[in-house]
Amino acid sequence: MNKKPLTVALSPHTSGHYSVRGLMTKVIAALVPAFIVGAYIFGIRAVAVTAVAAISAVVFEFIIQKFILKLPTSITDGSAMITGLLLAYNLPSHIPLWMVVIGSFVAIGVGKMAFGGLGKNPFNPALVGRVFLLISFPVAMTSWPKPLLHRLAWTDGITAATPLGIFKEGLRAGQGFTEVVSLMPGYWDLFMGKMGGCIGEISALALLLGFIYLIWQGVITWHIPVSMVGSIFTFTGVFWLINPEKYPDPLFQILTGGVMLGAIFMATDYVTSPMTKKGMVIFGVGIGLITVVIRLFGAYPEGVSFAILIMNGFVPLINRVCKPHRFGE
Amino acid sequence: MKKLTSTTFPQGGIHPVDNKLTADKPIQDLGLPESVSVHLTQHIGKPATAIVQTGDTVKAGQLIAKADGFISASLHAPVSGRIEKFIDVMDQTGYKKKAVIIKTTGDEWQEGIDLSSDLISEIQSDREAIIQKIAQAGIIGMGGAGFPSHVKLQPPKDKTIEYLLINGVECEPFLTSDHRLMLEKSRELIVGIQILLKALKINKARVGVEENKQDAIELLRQHAANDPRIEIHPLKVWYPQGGERQLVKALTNREIPPPPKGLPHDTGCAVFNVATTFAVYEAVQKNKPCVERIVTVTGYNLTNPGNFRVRIGTSVTQLIQAAGGLPDNAGKILSGGPMMGKALPQTDIPITKTMGGIVILPEDQAQRKPSVECIRCAKCVSVCPLGLEPYLLMTLSDKELWERAQEEKMLSCCECACCQFICPSHRPLLDYIRRGKAVLTQILLSAKTK
Amino acid sequence: MDSNYVTPVILYTILALCTVGITAAVILYFVAQKFKVIKDPRIDNVEQALPAANCGACGYPGCRAFAEACVKADDLTQLYCPVGGSDCMGVIAKIMGQEAQTREKLVAVVRCAGAYDKRPRTIRYDGAPTCAIMHQTVSSDTGCPNGCLGLGDCVRVCRFDAIRMDPVTGLPVVDQDKCTACGACVPACPKDIIELRKKGPKDRRIFISCINQDRGPVARKACQVACIGCGICVKTCPFDAITLNNNLAYIDPDKCKLCRKCVPVCPTHAIWEVNFPPKPSKESLVTENTTT
Repeated sequence: MNKKPLTVALSPHTSGHYSVRGLMTKVIAALVPAFIVGAYIFGIRAVAVTAVAAISAVVFEFIIQKFILKLPTSITDGSAMITGLLLAYNLPSHIPLWMVVIGSFVAIGVGKMAFGGLGKNPFNPALVGRVFLLISFPVAMTSWPKPLLHRLAWTDGITAATPLGIFKEGLRAGQGFTEVVSLMPGYWDLFMGKMGGCIGEISALALLLGFIYLIWQGVITWHIPVSMVGSIFTFTGVFWLINPEKYPDPLFQILTGGVMLGAIFMATDYVTSPMTKKGMVIFGVGIGLITVVIRLFGAYPEGVSFAILIMNGFVPLINRVCKPHRFGE
Repeated sequence: MKKLTSTTFPQGGIHPVDNKLTADKPIQDLGLPESVSVHLTQHIGKPATAIVQTGDTVKAGQLIAKADGFISASLHAPVSGRIEKFIDVMDQTGYKKKAVIIKTTGDEWQEGIDLSSDLISEIQSDREAIIQKIAQAGIIGMGGAGFPSHVKLQPPKDKTIEYLLINGVECEPFLTSDHRLMLEKSRELIVGIQILLKALKINKARVGVEENKQDAIELLRQHAANDPRIEIHPLKVWYPQGGERQLVKALTNREIPPPPKGLPHDTGCAVFNVATTFAVYEAVQKNKPCVERIVTVTGYNLTNPGNFRVRIGTSVTQLIQAAGGLPDNAGKILSGGPMMGKALPQTDIPITKTMGGIVILPEDQAQRKPSVECIRCAKCVSVCPLGLEPYLLMTLSDKELWERAQEEKMLSCCECACCQFICPSHRPLLDYIRRGKAVLTQILLSAKTK
Repeated sequence: MDSNYVTPVILYTILALCTVGITAAVILYFVAQKFKVIKDPRIDNVEQALPAANCGACGYPGCRAFAEACVKADDLTQLYCPVGGSDCMGVIAKIMGQEAQTREKLVAVVRCAGAYDKRPRTIRYDGAPTCAIMHQTVSSDTGCPNGCLGLGDCVRVCRFDAIRMDPVTGLPVVDQDKCTACGACVPACPKDIIELRKKGPKDRRIFISCINQDRGPVARKACQVACIGCGICVKTCPFDAITLNNNLAYIDPDKCKLCRKCVPVCPTHAIWEVNFPPKPSKESLVTENTTT
């Protein structure tokens, strides 16, 4: 009756169009605008750092999977490349390339593979690499080149602080508030990305383009970015309202530093973020709160990376407590 | 009554491709089979007990097995002929169950059955007679669940029914038998709804139809225009809109408590599929028992896909032949749609009262994609209509952590398969959840009986 | 740094650490004395005699729990460790000064011989690769509803690495030296194919390698080596050790005297003799040594 045997399995007998590689490819596509801005503002070093970070991340994953863990390699799913790219976006463009390689190694080896590979790590691997570099090489990690200057030069003699850095150090050095504010780039420049900082974090516009693309393609939902940016805006807004002579305004706060990059690409990392909408909002608000505390009262000018890593640690607890609405109860 | 929300259920769900290839194919009679295999259990509840023996001659529509108890259903001969034997025949679950084989001779029907196609719109029977006729006709939920309908019409004393909900949604891709029934028998359906309203002693009926069946919506509205009790509600094309929980939520904004204990009557609703409603009309107005149904036979490589009127017990082989024969590249044969249907291990399987569609999938669509690790994207959580966490339930089932599984409401899963459909890692979520449900049910059952 | 500064620092450091150490030791000593738990030293001795597999085959949650049960019990007649066996129970009996039971050694036996070449596959199973889930999906991917599904739930559950899937036949193979008859594989198989049978004198045993209960022609069509329920073996056995129920023969291991008369008369070669020397006869038999 039948020439070939029929296939039998339980339902469903069809599937949607999502795949791991497809999702990762879309994330990489969403990261392209930020790369273009970073290359434009910081020049060829930015391109080199990004390339080295991405390639070394993929190579390290391959070596670790094939020779140390002796498992089938999964480098074609795109997740290692994304870790490398995101690590690069969190680094200053003139960081020595050998440090980038070390950062990639820590991000992939410790941040991801040591826990069992894709899907098993509790902390965002790119941030693990970045924070490792920050603590090990604090000077190199806090030397940013002046934007739009010497973009074709390999080495750069002129450094400039980021707007957040100017603010915090300026106030600490005893400069008056209005004086410090006058050193800031205007809001439009901040939005477009004409400021000092890490390769991928400077342009809110470029990052927002990526955000719209990811939402449209169903890769991420709005909950984490909106709750994180919203809570940073609100908390800094409260302090600004209390004392506008001491605290920067909330719009400045969300356009500078790693808020946009962190909210759209780092905090929304699938593996390290909560699994329910309720949990995602709590996660976002928590990151916002910790970021604001570090920015306003802590020693570092920027707190997003630490805030995300700390909240990553709370995610298993959030998952345990926040459950979706159970139908009928 | 709470205000109605949007025209769908708010939580979860997906949109598979419609593939309604046979939506404009009118119902055709398949013709008489050479023999039928009638399974004695096609319904929820105790199997029916046969009242005929090998060698007996029966007429079509004659009672051949009686319901055993309240929650059971009777069976009638779908053809006239001779009782050949009682043997175990494979059903759509892939396991062999007891069935009675009748060899067909001619097409002689039992006396008293009205075989004409004239519409009888006046309902002469009173409530008790209606329920008795429905019980005697062996009518069960023909949408797939197979729950005896007469039991649904007699809810427990502490539950009051407010709404009669008619399920004309047919949200599974490929299936069109309910659609054609609504187009070709809409007047009869309206009478069937009126019969059910009388049986339930209520005066509010809502018919849910998905918006991809505009012609059916128009026609039903037209024929229900004279009866203000019956409302036709277009619903968004969203899977699993046809699940009774999602239908009740969309039409009344009430949530049935979770399975296995929660039932529609807990929210004051009684839900009936359109095929069941049509069977009710035939039973009450024409004295015709439930012996045939409409089955869609469809698939992209069939030469003659269509909707066929089939006697219960006809082999799927005959249906596929009528649709042009099994294509060379046939990979899977499904009873039901691709979301919740069962893959048949062979074509020689008899049609039961609850099988409404046969879908042939080609080889390149018959294989699952290789599965990888869970990337914790939470898509399965966002599409689950019951608010469960499928990624977690799969792990708990695999690691056999049954207490935690019970806490995470594994038994509430309705097996709609939205989670496995959407999973980017192609993980066999529902396979493990089904296993988990079976084991957990067994554990709880043996704990109760200790 | 000058030595006048260094020496007092070193001296004070040593003194401070020694004081802390001695104080801690004294406190620990008194606490250990006050909160001492008196336990029967025999429990430790019994536990040492056990194989430390913690498999639960004895019915207790772990070897320690079994050891405690042995010491608490009035007699050892109800207690037995299948993994350690009679030797181990003998040692425990000596420690407790009691009599222990002796049991015959058991071994797991796979009662299905439907290899790929003997039992053709009729469908292709594409679901999750575990026997439990396949059993829920369909009765079998062959014509025999009772046959081995080949996906290795028994292999995964064995703690002693005593069972593995043979890729050529698609059937599990038991290593009789490693098998401790703990019984974990028996409930793991959804088809109930695996049985714990007596290992036998010189490890010799005879059994029907089939559990199919379909009628003869149906069973034979599905599998060339199925038991067709013909009953020839029942008549042949001089010790009435074989019974026929529901088209399936069964050899009672207590009655079987290992005479091997039934093996050659089975028309489908469904009866297996294990670990026997080959018979000096022209007929070729299906003889399997399960230690391959």
